[in-house]
Amino acid sequence: MSDITYGKLIRDGFWNNNQALVALLGLCPLLAVTNTAINGLGLGIATTVVFVLSNITVSLIRNIVRNEIRLPVFVLVIASFVTAVELSMNAWFFELYKILGIFIPLIVTNCAIIGRAEAFASKNNVIKSTVDGLAMGIGFTLVLVALGAAREFVGMGTLFTQAHLMFGEAARGLTFSMGEDFKGALLAILPPGAFIGLGLMLALKNNVDHRADERAKLATPEKEAETAA
Amino acid sequence: MQFPTITSPHTSRPNSVQKAMLWVILALIPGTLAMIWFFGWGILINMVLAITTAIACEALVMKLRGREIKPVIMDLSAILTAMLFAVAVPPLLPWWLTVLGVAFAILLVKQAYGGLGYNVFNPAMAAYVLLLISYPVQMTSWLPPMMLNENPMGLLQTLNVIFGGALPGSLTWDAVTMATPLDTMRTGLSLNQTVSEISSNPILGQFGGKGWEVVAGLYLLGGGFMLYKKAISWHIPVSTLGGLAVMALLFNILDGDAYPLSSFHIFSGAAMLGAFFIATDPVSAPGTRKGQIYYGAGIGILVYIIRTWGGYPDAIAFSVLLMNMAAPTIEFFTRPRTFGHRGSGND
Repeated sequence: MSDITYGKLIRDGFWNNNQALVALLGLCPLLAVTNTAINGLGLGIATTVVFVLSNITVSLIRNIVRNEIRLPVFVLVIASFVTAVELSMNAWFFELYKILGIFIPLIVTNCAIIGRAEAFASKNNVIKSTVDGLAMGIGFTLVLVALGAAREFVGMGTLFTQAHLMFGEAARGLTFSMGEDFKGALLAILPPGAFIGLGLMLALKNNVDHRADERAKLATPEKEAETAA
Repeated sequence: MQFPTITSPHTSRPNSVQKAMLWVILALIPGTLAMIWFFGWGILINMVLAITTAIACEALVMKLRGREIKPVIMDLSAILTAMLFAVAVPPLLPWWLTVLGVAFAILLVKQAYGGLGYNVFNPAMAAYVLLLISYPVQMTSWLPPMMLNENPMGLLQTLNVIFGGALPGSLTWDAVTMATPLDTMRTGLSLNQTVSEISSNPILGQFGGKGWEVVAGLYLLGGGFMLYKKAISWHIPVSTLGGLAVMALLFNILDGDAYPLSSFHIFSGAAMLGAFFIATDPVSAPGTRKGQIYYGAGIGILVYIIRTWGGYPDAIAFSVLLMNMAAPTIEFFTRPRTFGHRGSGND
């Protein structure tokens, strides 16, 4: 598998094979915690850390683990890292830890992570697996933050509330608000808002891809015509 | 001698979407006029605003999809959606909520699924629920009916309230609005009053609420007209009202002080409108006759459950949306027997 370039890995993680928008994996945390941008960012970073660490470990042990028991081993590896992340958040970001609650331990069940371990890290070397984990994690985080920001804005007219939970007191200034008079649609923060928001994001992504395809199609015949002439 | 061979179908039906929608719209008009009579200009203003928004949204989508605009608007389905939405929301709803609701109904609930015939949910009711959950205060600010209204507002004053949010003179929202009959019954029951005590409240009339029962009666009349014109079949409205009435009857027999009569439930709120005009939406309801009966009964029972024990005074919108979700399953289990085959269509 030497034909995989780092550029392709990054493009896949961010766009072409984005775990949230294309693979539609890890929807449970994606839909449940994205009621504010900061919640999305917090869970996204935690997931990214687990992505990278589990990809590295799985890649390191890929030649030692027998094929028959690889899945339980992968799950164990992922669970260990999730526990470590959970304890760290409990220690350093306690408020955020309380808000995200059950969804931090639930990263274990995020099928995107075991999906990458199985599909990529168990077949590739350590460096490539690291890049893949990082790209996939950041791609996932971007979707979480975008969806969280959109829902937070439509629902409450604010952006980055509780930023201080993550970046300390200095970050309070990051919070943007439309003011008290803003009449947000509460539905956006409730679960249906997550589904509607994700649906719109998927539609947007597919539309962008579709337009790119159309442009590519338009471009190729011209080139052919040129060479023919 | 040889007879000419004519292939089936042997009769043509001079029916079209446009015609069916037109019958429904015509049937809706008497009830709507009564609403305007009892609750003021707001209903009419909301309706004009809703229809304008609906047409604009349909035109926008058709333009985006590169299709012809006129035939889609002329099928009248968007206009019917807008009308149903307008008679369901309170008369003094701020204009931007009407626009938001109708835009949501047409753009997301209807057109994002592929347009007329493809929408899973009833667009008008989905929009109603969106607004009810997001803006509960505005969505529950109902006016008292005309005969109890001490501060009737003229056309200009109503326009000012809807578009400017300013009540005339020194009026407050508390003075202008009044609990609906269903609210009154609900509050009274929660205070341990008996049904007969609550019925002495001036807002309650013969069956349901004053004014409301007339509107419901006219919707029933419109429903009868649609049945006569075969724009709808009897299955859904009868089973919806039947489900609601049977539930109300059972509990009323059990304890007449704590559970109002069937007639109260049928003539209050949006029950009649829902049974004849909303639940009968041919797109989001099941297609099989037997399925339609289950579907309607489900709506009626859910309405009773939510009205009596749920968090909201009325429940047509929630019940219709819930049963919309169940419609594909209902259809699956009620497939008619194929002619010449034994057993149900599921084999």
